[in-house]
Amino acid sequence: MAIDAATVRKVARLARIAEPEDRIEPLAKELSGILAWIEQLAEVDTDGVEPMTSAVAVAAPMRDDVVSDGGDSARVLSNAPRTVGGFFVVPKVVE
Amino acid sequence: MSNLTSLTLKAALAGLADKSFSSVELTQAHVDAVAAARPLNAYILEAPEKALDMAAASDARRAKGEAGALDGAPLGIKDLFCTEGVRTTACSNILGNFIPTYESTITSQLWRDGAVMLGKLNLDEFAMGSSNETSAFGPVVNPWRAEGSNAKLTPGGSSGGSATAVAADLCLGATATDTGGSIRQPAAFTGTVGIKPTYGRCSRWGVVAFASSLDQAGPIAKTVEDAAILLKSMSGHDAKDSTSLDIEVPDFPSFVGKSVKGLRIGIPKEYRVDGMPAEIEKLWEQGIAWLKDAGCEIVEVSLPHTKYALPAYYIVAPAEASSNLARYDGMRYGLRVDGANLTETYEKTRAAGFGTEVKRRIMIGTYVLSAGYYDAYYVKALKVRRRIADDFDQAFQKVDALLTPTAPSAAFALGENADDPVAMYLNDIFTVTVNLAGLPGMSIPAGLDHKGLPLGLQLIGKALDEGTLFSLGGALEKAADFRAKPTRWW
Repeated sequence: MAIDAATVRKVARLARIAEPEDRIEPLAKELSGILAWIEQLAEVDTDGVEPMTSAVAVAAPMRDDVVSDGGDSARVLSNAPRTVGGFFVVPKVVE
Repeated sequence: MSNLTSLTLKAALAGLADKSFSSVELTQAHVDAVAAARPLNAYILEAPEKALDMAAASDARRAKGEAGALDGAPLGIKDLFCTEGVRTTACSNILGNFIPTYESTITSQLWRDGAVMLGKLNLDEFAMGSSNETSAFGPVVNPWRAEGSNAKLTPGGSSGGSATAVAADLCLGATATDTGGSIRQPAAFTGTVGIKPTYGRCSRWGVVAFASSLDQAGPIAKTVEDAAILLKSMSGHDAKDSTSLDIEVPDFPSFVGKSVKGLRIGIPKEYRVDGMPAEIEKLWEQGIAWLKDAGCEIVEVSLPHTKYALPAYYIVAPAEASSNLARYDGMRYGLRVDGANLTETYEKTRAAGFGTEVKRRIMIGTYVLSAGYYDAYYVKALKVRRRIADDFDQAFQKVDALLTPTAPSAAFALGENADDPVAMYLNDIFTVTVNLAGLPGMSIPAGLDHKGLPLGLQLIGKALDEGTLFSLGGALEKAADFRAKPTRWW
């Protein structure tokens, strides 16, 4: 399926990436090319095939429900773009 | 002491053990080689002081008789592995000056065994690429050049820094990761050995995530035995990675040199693709002959869904990447570009921080996971993935391992495939099936093409049967007797 400019804008919005106007048409072309190549998957008969969601056939392990780490805000915050008084500072979320 | 850098890991460990030289001497030789090789752009962070401190500590341990399996051996670390207190970027501007406050499980195991860290190695941004050209630090240059040419060649990707550092004697071995071929294709392009172990063999904890159901770490090394020594240290269960397998780690080095007589080797007919250079076809035939001579039985097998592996991969991997990379929002670490509101801050941060190929893959992933397309693309790809894994299951009813070429070409020029994403993706045509099925795969240098560039052969094993790959890899290595090294021009 060919991807048009409107779809590129919508996907960029969903992906939270600001794409400049002059990248919209080239991206539509590139993504359409990649998806056209991917379309060949339609040839494969997958009726009754269980989707493969894990590379190894093992059950998810359970761990003990105990606190094993934490209480280390200095390390957690050490790479933050902005902090005040032991907190992350982020743009206003709620008006 | 410059000849110290030309030693294999195994020979260097023997030299350290019999006190022929100290780790400080061995490490200094490598530090000097790294500093002299900056035109290759393999190391994006050199850590000479840390390396020499670690080397001195190693010498002290050895003097007390407490040396570990890798004690005193200088290694290079792909910059996808978090290293405590040492900048880790995934070669992306969005991580900026990220300094981890923790150590990846794999690197912590290497240091537990006494290894020395020389620095951090270049890669494609977030490991997304097959030529190292998507790195925010610029491409790595392959130490190999075609005969009679000064053209700069790619070392492959994404582990191009790791492969180049090993090929150019800038470390005794390197860590790498492989999501679609990122260990094996660079190994083939640089005349080195690379193994991607079974999914779950090595912990992913502390390794920057790309596509979590496909990502697996492994070593790039100078020899099959060196790769076995490194993989043994890197492997093992880790409660911090829920997909890490809780099983014993075999003594991988003990498999190298074992007889391969009587092993059945499958030759998948679907890997004879159109347009494959005759030289690669010939090398494959040569590999078959070598294994026959070593006593293996050759069996033709069919993996009918092979041609669908790459398209399936280019749904699964971007889908997982778009989810994994959602964490780069400019709030808790890395780059932040302020906008008028929260959403605009996200959008500007991610636009400025991610490179073109990473954005392209996030967009594909977002699209195939979006409402209305999820079943048609993502679920369909997961079903095809099952078909591909089933193909291998069927083949392994009849054979013990498979032999294929590693890559459809030798190293190509930097810039050659830059305009066509699909042409670049085709580099992984022989390697990506293994990631989808979670199997181990190894590339062994097997010969040179007519331009004097290295070519690799790939061995694919049953899940958790890396041991057989090390035996077969050892047999191929012995038969190929590949000793060529790049001529130093840097």
